[in-house]
Amino acid sequence: MINEEAVYYSRILTETTLSFHIIYATLGVGIPLMIMIAHWVGIKKNDEHYILLARRWTRGFIISVAVGVVTGTAIGLQLSLLWPKFMELAGNVIALPLFMETFAFFFEAIFLGIYLYTWDRFENQRKHLLLLIPVAIGASFSAVFITIVNAFMNAPQGFDLINGELVNVNPIKAMFNPAMPTKVSHVVGTAFMTSAFVLASIAAFRLLRGSNHIYHKKALLLTMKVGLIFSLTSLIVGDLSGKYLAEYQPEKLAAAEWHFETSESAELILLGFMNEEEEIKYALKIPYALSILAHGSPTAEVIGLDQFAEEDRPPLYIHYLFNIMVAIGMLMIGVSLLYIISRARGWSFVELKPYRWLIVCGGPLAIIAIEAGWWLAEVGRQPWILRGIMRTAEGATTSNDVDIMLLLFCGLYLVLGIGSVVVLSRMFRRNPVERELKERKGDVHT
Amino acid sequence: MNVNLEIIGIIVLWTFLFGYIIVASIDFGAGFFNAYGIFTKKQHILTKIIQRYLSPVWEVTNVFLVFFFVGIVGFFPSTAFYYGTTLLVPVSIAVILLGIRGSYYAFETYGARSHKGYAFMYGLSGLLLPAALSIVLTISEGGFISIVNGNPVLDYWTLFTSPLTWSIVVLSLSAVLYISAVFLTWYANKANDTLATELLRRYSLIWALPTIITAGGIIYELAFHNVEHYEQILSLWWMFLISALLFIGTVWLLWRRKNYGVAFSLLIGQFAFAFYGFGISHYPYLLYPHLTIYDSFTNEAMAISLIIAFIAGLALLIPSLYLLLKLFLFNKDYVRGISEHEH
Ligand code: HDD
Ligand code: HEM
Ligand code: HEM
Repeated sequence: MINEEAVYYSRILTETTLSFHIIYATLGVGIPLMIMIAHWVGIKKNDEHYILLARRWTRGFIISVAVGVVTGTAIGLQLSLLWPKFMELAGNVIALPLFMETFAFFFEAIFLGIYLYTWDRFENQRKHLLLLIPVAIGASFSAVFITIVNAFMNAPQGFDLINGELVNVNPIKAMFNPAMPTKVSHVVGTAFMTSAFVLASIAAFRLLRGSNHIYHKKALLLTMKVGLIFSLTSLIVGDLSGKYLAEYQPEKLAAAEWHFETSESAELILLGFMNEEEEIKYALKIPYALSILAHGSPTAEVIGLDQFAEEDRPPLYIHYLFNIMVAIGMLMIGVSLLYIISRARGWSFVELKPYRWLIVCGGPLAIIAIEAGWWLAEVGRQPWILRGIMRTAEGATTSNDVDIMLLLFCGLYLVLGIGSVVVLSRMFRRNPVERELKERKGDVHT
Repeated sequence: MNVNLEIIGIIVLWTFLFGYIIVASIDFGAGFFNAYGIFTKKQHILTKIIQRYLSPVWEVTNVFLVFFFVGIVGFFPSTAFYYGTTLLVPVSIAVILLGIRGSYYAFETYGARSHKGYAFMYGLSGLLLPAALSIVLTISEGGFISIVNGNPVLDYWTLFTSPLTWSIVVLSLSAVLYISAVFLTWYANKANDTLATELLRRYSLIWALPTIITAGGIIYELAFHNVEHYEQILSLWWMFLISALLFIGTVWLLWRRKNYGVAFSLLIGQFAFAFYGFGISHYPYLLYPHLTIYDSFTNEAMAISLIIAFIAGLALLIPSLYLLLKLFLFNKDYVRGISEHEH
């Protein structure tokens, strides 16, 4: 028995919670690494500016962690509340990484508490930096484990279904499914990339708004360097993700690329619009490119949507999501590369207003890329919740109250979203860098 | 009852639930006392204590809960189906209340000046949460869920008109306030804060009586609601007797203003005996009469890997938790607010 209305609202509620959680979760994964880098550079160069950078980032980080924890708890419970049949099945096979994730959280939460409240307790700064390592490890591993669960939803394995009975369950094989390597590395890599560009965008914004302090310039250069490294890895791993899809989820790739007929030497369709009659307009067609993206060879055969029954095809709008993600990735590689080269060569146009504004946009754009990427991945898996095994509608709850819960949660996210932005901006506006630097210098002398 | 994987699984989960109940009670109750303090102008006495102790550990408290619900779906996947379908409303409300608490810590303590309305919501959520969460225990007693077309459905009318529901709600409230007050008495005393100690000691004594009365009342009501469970409780009478004796010990120490630390450990013992006694007598049901730990259990391969992961995880966590407690709870300078710190 399927309750259509419950399915519909469960989907919306899941989408809302995850789309909201992922913003804070991504920053929660990436920022500890950035703090570590700044703290370490500060100790090595004996430069107070980098230490202060680490401190100020940490303060902002707490807010994003708190909202991440709250929304994460919500999604964790919602998985059972909204998708009880899916969790009953999945719990039998993929509970292990979910369980390990809680240890990662635990570990992270403990050391974050210690790190935060011990800034001035250690004579030796290095000891304090050591405390940050478990925080960063815990954060990254929570992303690794949760992404393994999601990879399993895309490429389930490690069990046999015989007459509806689960047998021969192998939790380790379920974890190391074919989707896992590319998915995990792409998610973690893009989290580092996004965090770097978000922090860069804050530094650029401060520079635009009057403060010409060297502190912000150092922050900007550091974050752009880290951002460049991780946007390049995102590009490489993103390409590998495409190859994974071609092999294991060809319908997702075909829908994302509007590739209808199975063919050799396939062309790649960039941009473009599709009208009511499913005709493609204003698109850029690059010969052979899709075959290269999918299999690394210009003449390889790429499976098209014609191989799949109508009811097994994902929605075609994921093409736009794919383009948004890739375009932002390319743009950010360009922006950060050009900035770094220009700083090395002394070209000054990157210090001008228009370029600074471009960097300011980079942070929000990276977050948009994260959202687009997840929507691509999740909508592209439809109509399946466990690909090939359980349809989304079959996994959903039958409760009639999901619509009211949706409203309540929207209210909560609104409060959290506005609250976190207000608190963050107030926190930094009230306590500008210049003043804090002065106070800390005073500290050192007395 | 011989020990098998099912029993190991439920013991692990029950233990984490117990841990959550104790740490969360301290947290919920403190929020309530704080809000009460603000409105009766005793705020300065309590707020400092609460911020020193609660802010560094609230995330850890939350993980206990996450651990429990992730673990129960791992060990007993069918609970996702039965409880997931029926608990949508009460648990969603609990999540939203938890959201309010979490954001209070973040926005108020790290962020900016405090806002009275927010503190009020924070305090109120401390009362509503135990009520919302304790519904789960009530439902597990059976009689509120029926199976319609193969799907479990919760009967709200029966639930809200049952005296059992309301006594469990009252017990959860007074237990939260009692546990919290006793702990904070001890903490305030360690911090050498005489005023706060006296105030909290008074709160502890006030909440002791309703706690023990409703606890007894619930056992009595079970005789009408769920005879099978009632009889198993009676056969474990000695556990509940020890619990009652420990209760008397706590109250006596508080009354004589002696050894607040011992008083708090007796309280932990009291709740442990009652909680485990309740759990053992519930065996083997997870949900009367639909679900036992045996028919909901996961496959053997998963069970073994979860237990291995659990042991490995504990090996990592116990030293870290020890470090945390050593730095904040048992560090005299920190407790008294001497050390330099910043957040
Ligand atoms: C800053 C964010 C960001 C950027 C710039 C990119 N991606 Fe991405 N992409 C993600 C953020 C992301 C993500 C949010 O992390 C996703 C969603 C689910 C996942 O596994 O990773 C993702 C998924 C995802 C998938 C689907 C994987 C699946 O469903 O299994 C493909 C094929 C690509 N990406 C490919 C690329 C390519 C070729 C990029 C070229 C630059 C690229 N991504 C840039
Ligand atoms: C382990 C990780 C994840 C799990 C277990 C998971 C689970 C689910 C489930 C149960 C659904 C319901 C199917 C549906 O609504 O159609 C879903 C859909 C969805 N999820 Fe995920 N999800 C995960 C990661 C994410 C993340 C991080 C995002 C990021 C924002 C996300 C975004 C979505 C979206 C947008 C949908 C809706 C797709 C649609 O309705 O067409 N998911 N996911
Ligand atoms: C369906 C998918 C997801 C579930 C069930 C989930 C679950 C959770 C839970 C329960 C928490 C709170 C933990 C606590 O109490 O400490 C949390 C927080 C967090 N989650 Fe998610 N999450 C999901 C998706 C993701 C994804 C895709 C990522 C990473 C890319 C992620 C990374 C994080 C991070 C970094 C936090 C912050 C907690 C901290 O930093 O301590 N989550 N998540």
